[in-house]
Amino acid sequence: MIEVKNLSKSFGSVQVLSNINAQFNKGKINQIIGKSGSGKSVLAKCIVGLHKPDEGVVLYEGQSFHEMDTDAQREIRQRIGMLFQGSALFDSLTVMQNVMFPLQMFANMSKSEMEDRAHFCLKRVNILDKDRLYPSELSGGMQKRVGIARAIAMTPEYLFVDEPNSGLDPETSILIDDLIKELTVEFNTTTIVITHDMNSVMETGENIMFIHKGQNWWQGTRDELMNSDNAELNEFIFAGGLMRIVKKVMTKDPHALD
Amino acid sequence: MLLKETFSRPERLKLYWKRTLEEMDLLGVNSLGIVALLSLFMGAVVTIQTKTNMDSPLIQEYIVGFAVRQSTILEFSPTIISLILAGKVGSNIAAEIGSMRVNEQIDALDIMGVNSAGYLILPKIIASILMNPFLVIISMFLSIFGGYLAGVGTGIVGGTDFIQGIQSDFDPYHVTYALIKTVVFAFIIATVSAYQGYYTSGGTREVGVSSTKAVVYSNVVILIANYALTQLLLI
Repeated sequence: MIEVKNLSKSFGSVQVLSNINAQFNKGKINQIIGKSGSGKSVLAKCIVGLHKPDEGVVLYEGQSFHEMDTDAQREIRQRIGMLFQGSALFDSLTVMQNVMFPLQMFANMSKSEMEDRAHFCLKRVNILDKDRLYPSELSGGMQKRVGIARAIAMTPEYLFVDEPNSGLDPETSILIDDLIKELTVEFNTTTIVITHDMNSVMETGENIMFIHKGQNWWQGTRDELMNSDNAELNEFIFAGGLMRIVKKVMTKDPHALD
Repeated sequence: MLLKETFSRPERLKLYWKRTLEEMDLLGVNSLGIVALLSLFMGAVVTIQTKTNMDSPLIQEYIVGFAVRQSTILEFSPTIISLILAGKVGSNIAAEIGSMRVNEQIDALDIMGVNSAGYLILPKIIASILMNPFLVIISMFLSIFGGYLAGVGTGIVGGTDFIQGIQSDFDPYHVTYALIKTVVFAFIIATVSAYQGYYTSGGTREVGVSSTKAVVYSNVVILIANYALTQLLLI
């Protein structure tokens, strides 16, 4: 479990996050949603330690990440898998080498064991046949899958996913969402997904946090989200006509999407 | 801070060594062509210029070979080649690391728990420090050889005189001095360029800016270090 307590972050005179409190549960898909520029990516970067908060703490199983020494932080990070918005695959390495990279760095495995593990991860995301290709030879959806394979290579306890569906067609987006859902259950990870894709929210959201003006404006489940009377949340969620139709359907039948 | 991170304990020595070998090939072996070409012509031009500036009949012809050797070993090979490498290798280092920064690949390394500064920069520093002296030694030979070819080929200096010149009053310490300079310049090129790349923020335009800054700042620091080292080591 990851907890965020009283977290604030500013860049110069711009206050990006103020007094954020949140809890991200194990074995669940925790989503951080909000408009572009609302501060959700900054929050995620504070949680994984890429930004240091001005105030507040991030607790991994009760331990304050930013108060740990560098070695302890690195030890926590070895238990984190992250899929980046642009996949962030290493250009100079093949698909196979990308997935093997964290294993080569940290795992005490023989070369054949590492290869087996990398094959398992690539097979798990249905991209085993592309193992010899370089990232530049893959489509956006394939790159995301390789990114996921690399993220799960070390069997992470915490899985961070930044805008998993950006730049993907609806069909591929659903495949990626399903994959994240399955992996969260399979590995019992604390999964945090940063998204503003409403399909994703409706498909996979279990614990949803809405960031607005740098604050934790609303937090709840998917069902609570559909019935919330929070004006800013409704303005964000139901901005599109399709979502308004979904709301009407779900108001009549709460299990319509199950 | 960046240097402290760079020189902190590597996670896997074997992987770092493998990366160092790759960098030695990329930064060193791949620079051999430009270094060879430049050195041959540099020596040839120095020979012709030295000869055409020797008006007095009292100055013996072997002085041409002597002047080519001294200028090559003391200055042209260590300094000019380092300035050229700052352009070729420095821009390469800054652009590669800068691209990794803007494409979040460095963030990916950090989140995995990898010391990104150490993993990316240390092999480049070691590779530059190991390879640049070899490049400079090759440059010294080729520059003097280029001078010989130009002198003998155009008939302005006799082959025997030129060889006598490059052998006369040879002080091995001058080679040591040149190699010390080269190692310092290699460190400057790798660290200044890596710093510019590592702290790139923005997009592809900023990668270009970092690359340009890497070359300009490396050159300026090399020139200042050249003066300081010359005063320290030769006077």
